[in-house]
Amino acid sequence: MFDSFLTNKKSWLKNSGPSCEIVFSSRVRLARNLADYNFPGRANYLQREEVLSNVMSACGKNPGAGDMIFARIEELSELDRHFLLERHLVSQEHILPFDEGVKPSLKGKGVVISGDERLSIMINEEDHIRAQYITSGFDLERCFKNINEFDDFLASDVAYAFLPEFGHLTACPTNVGTGLRASCMLHLPALVFTKRINKVLELLAKISFTARGFFGEGTQALGNFFQISNQVSLGVSEAETIGNLTGVVNQVKEQELDARDTLTARHKLSLEDNIWRALGVLQNSRLINTQEAFSHLSMLSLGLDLGIINGIKRELVNSLFVIIQPAHLQKIEDKQLNENERDCVRAQILREKVKPKGGKDV
Amino acid sequence: MHICQDCARDKASQLKENLSVSNLLGPLLDGINPAIDRKVCCHFCGLNFRDFKKKGRFGCGNCYTVFKDQLSAFLKNIHGSARYMGKAPAGVLAKTSTEGTLKELKVKLARAIELENYEEAARLRDDIKNIEEKSKNV
Repeated sequence: MFDSFLTNKKSWLKNSGPSCEIVFSSRVRLARNLADYNFPGRANYLQREEVLSNVMSACGKNPGAGDMIFARIEELSELDRHFLLERHLVSQEHILPFDEGVKPSLKGKGVVISGDERLSIMINEEDHIRAQYITSGFDLERCFKNINEFDDFLASDVAYAFLPEFGHLTACPTNVGTGLRASCMLHLPALVFTKRINKVLELLAKISFTARGFFGEGTQALGNFFQISNQVSLGVSEAETIGNLTGVVNQVKEQELDARDTLTARHKLSLEDNIWRALGVLQNSRLINTQEAFSHLSMLSLGLDLGIINGIKRELVNSLFVIIQPAHLQKIEDKQLNENERDCVRAQILREKVKPKGGKDV
Repeated sequence: MHICQDCARDKASQLKENLSVSNLLGPLLDGINPAIDRKVCCHFCGLNFRDFKKKGRFGCGNCYTVFKDQLSAFLKNIHGSARYMGKAPAGVLAKTSTEGTLKELKVKLARAIELENYEEAARLRDDIKNIEEKSKNV
């Protein structure tokens, strides 16, 4: 399943967008629960199945439904589940079974994905509904507009768990209220190299924003990517949250540009050396793991931004960050690969794809 | 120090366990009178306040109504505010929430009249009228 995603020309992953040299992607998700049902973590599988069928049927009435994929997580192969995770269409938690004492179960978990992979709905994750809209580049307004429309559509069909004083009711008290989490994935190599990143992260925490790694909650920063998101969902409206995050991301972006200027002014030679070495590794390695590939692709990306390396398309580099991950490699090769085989295939793909055209000294 | 992939994965899951939401939220809830821990129980999903403190998760939407008294200060600690400022759901639920608001306003109106606070009563009466007219147009 999902093989078509590999060549999906409509996918947001294949696009660029505003400020895409620093802001890789923007995302807004809403957490919703149905009234009169236990939340997924406290429901038995029959109740979850009922919620799944209600939400799927509601999604099916969406005008864009003809183009959507509906899937039950338990029916997907382990590989497909990780493939969706690597494409940011499901969370890590969503592909883990519910802990029901003796028999952990994936029953009742589902996912609905639009043809362009921008809209995706996880059913029975921590909440009954986790709907997200994701796009490349820096465009939170667009994400909010689209997910908000979808939310209105859904609300006309199912009854949400909602109280006027607390807003949308969620399993975790950190999401109650708007249930809205907006985030941007930022590529911040210069802030990392100039060691200013910790200060930026501290400041973010002080104003109730948070930075996480590449795959959201509980994951580490890979390839100098940081996901910045709002923490608060009570006491602020949706529009305020989007506006505030847009402001914060703009600030961090400016800080990164400033750090890039400092690097170019003070450490030009060593910066160029690092970038060209990264290109060298990407073009010549025979075995390379995800972490190492990410860190060299991060340097290559910086090299493109600074005009040190030319002739490689940004879209290509951005898509490489996705397709060199384990499940993607196995999808591409159409077979199971062990760690060593994956490192080999990864190196091969990078050698084939990373070929500057018309660049100097290559 | 060199750590192999398997050990790194184990370490990461250990760390993640220690970093669960309930551990982070726990201290915020400690101030709440332990006597209510088992006494206050949600009649819809059966969760008591002690379960909530342990897991950091509610069992259903009704828990918010049952634990309401304990929650305001706690939510204020997390979000800096306990007041909802977002949108009301369209359609079916807008109706439920309107009904809830109307009920609340009517109670306030009755109380205002009882206290002979006619200025407040007039304001509440207009609010009720407005909401009723709006919901007719939905």
